[in-house]
Amino acid sequence: MTSYAVFAKRDCPTCRLVEPVLRALSGGEAALKVYSQDDPTFPDALSCVVDDRELGESFRHGIEIVPTLIRFENGVEAARTEGWDANDWRRITGIADLGADLPALRPGCGSKSVEPGVAEYLQVRFGNPGLRARKIEFGDYDDPIEMCFERGWSDGLPVVPPTDVRVLRMLQGTTRKPSEVVGLIPPNLAECTVEKVAINAVMAGCKPEYMPVVLAVLEAALVPEFTLHGLLATTYFSSPIIIVNGPVAKRIGMNSGLNALGQGNRANATIGRALQLIVRNVGGGRPGEADRATLGGPGKYTFCFAEDESDPGWEPLSVSRGFKRGASTVTLFQGEGVQGFVDQKSRSPEDLARSLAMSLNAIGHPKLAQMQRAILVLSPEHYAIFAEAGWDRKRIEAAILAGTVRPGADLIAGAQGVGEGLPASRAGESVPKFFEEGLLIVRAGGPAGLFSAILPGWIAGRNRHELQPVTREIKP
Amino acid sequence: MNSQQWMRDPTPETSPLKRARLAPPKSLDGLTVGLFDIGKTRTKEFLDRVEFRLHERGIATTRCGKPTNAKIATPENLQKVAEDADVVLIALSD
Repeated sequence: MTSYAVFAKRDCPTCRLVEPVLRALSGGEAALKVYSQDDPTFPDALSCVVDDRELGESFRHGIEIVPTLIRFENGVEAARTEGWDANDWRRITGIADLGADLPALRPGCGSKSVEPGVAEYLQVRFGNPGLRARKIEFGDYDDPIEMCFERGWSDGLPVVPPTDVRVLRMLQGTTRKPSEVVGLIPPNLAECTVEKVAINAVMAGCKPEYMPVVLAVLEAALVPEFTLHGLLATTYFSSPIIIVNGPVAKRIGMNSGLNALGQGNRANATIGRALQLIVRNVGGGRPGEADRATLGGPGKYTFCFAEDESDPGWEPLSVSRGFKRGASTVTLFQGEGVQGFVDQKSRSPEDLARSLAMSLNAIGHPKLAQMQRAILVLSPEHYAIFAEAGWDRKRIEAAILAGTVRPGADLIAGAQGVGEGLPASRAGESVPKFFEEGLLIVRAGGPAGLFSAILPGWIAGRNRHELQPVTREIKP
Repeated sequence: MNSQQWMRDPTPETSPLKRARLAPPKSLDGLTVGLFDIGKTRTKEFLDRVEFRLHERGIATTRCGKPTNAKIATPENLQKVAEDADVVLIALSD
């Protein structure tokens, strides 16, 4: 037994073009149903119209173009065509002169069921979303944002409730399977799947296109040398600082310019927050429990920015860490900040390097050395002083590191009338502030202002080899 | 309830779906017990008696409540309880 289904919408010129064809088909022997996506009175005065404004039938039949003609034999699909192709429609229906007055060919329009934002909604409503995470139901009068607070799933700011539609959209941002395990999240070493990453990314406010970055961030954070458990548990201020390099930064609209370390950019704000929420919600790392920070810092909400790679003469951080120019990467650093650096008078690169060294010597404590690393975020105006003199990354680094060297006698405990300091055994040494790899320089910031930023590292950086920044390439 | 409304659990799902109540204190020694009148008739008589018995045991109390049982406690009600009491006994009596 033969029957036909046609999916159409009034808004589609080709669907309106084939109205006479649909009338002709409705008068034939085979049953016809016309599923109208936008107007149940279209086609006009046809009794076989089915109201499909909720798009359930369009979803179930996988409609991408309207009009779509499907022929069923005994209820099983036997043939289909999209748009108006007179030869196809005649072949499928067996009516040789069908639409004889119409042009031979007209492309169709997009089905409403595949419009942006609709597919995931229909998948949840009419299909199987395929998600494994437990459902947390809420009623008409419940506020899901408040429910997230009550369950302890928030960093203190409202989170976006992870509904199925939002989680499915987030998963569209990655090619990885939702069930894939990314790693074990400290402190509880709980298994974290791509789906759980997506749920927390939704809550953080991420867009789906951030997912590859969030996944790379999490993988970098789980490299043993990043010591994520210790970083969470420390009494010190530090938490993960994320620096994004490469074309992905521009593609997802990250900020490396004005106010790069501040508020106001969605990608900067939410990628860092996603990592923090994963540690909190999946790993169970919460302040007052495993997180023992004496004071903490605002960077524990989120701390993520992109490097300014607009100057081709500058070697980006990722390249300095062994990745190809043009690769998209994330670098994770254990740090805090921002410690502002002001120098509006130095005009030579030598002066500026010495000046930067003075401020860098102050991190943690001026009399401590080789305890921590640091990131120096060079602003455009400070960078210009080096660039105009032809100084590259290596030369800037070397000059600053040399500038930090001080007599050990001034730094030992008790010296200068201050109890804090190095062991007395180092009194005879010339002591640099950092190990030779301990200073990471990044370019960022707005065009005006002879200010740069120091992001001091975690004092556990004294364990030079056990604790390191980690860079990882971002994969789709 | 609309059965279409739910969100997904962001945790590793190692704790029960229903949130556990806070454990009661092992002892009331040194704590102040808030006696919360929900606003129903004769609750005061009942709480007066509870308060008398708590005082006999040397336990400090504070009285708090809301004006009517017909409405939920306001934030001011709850903040007053949080400020004055360590534990709270919510009572009614018809």
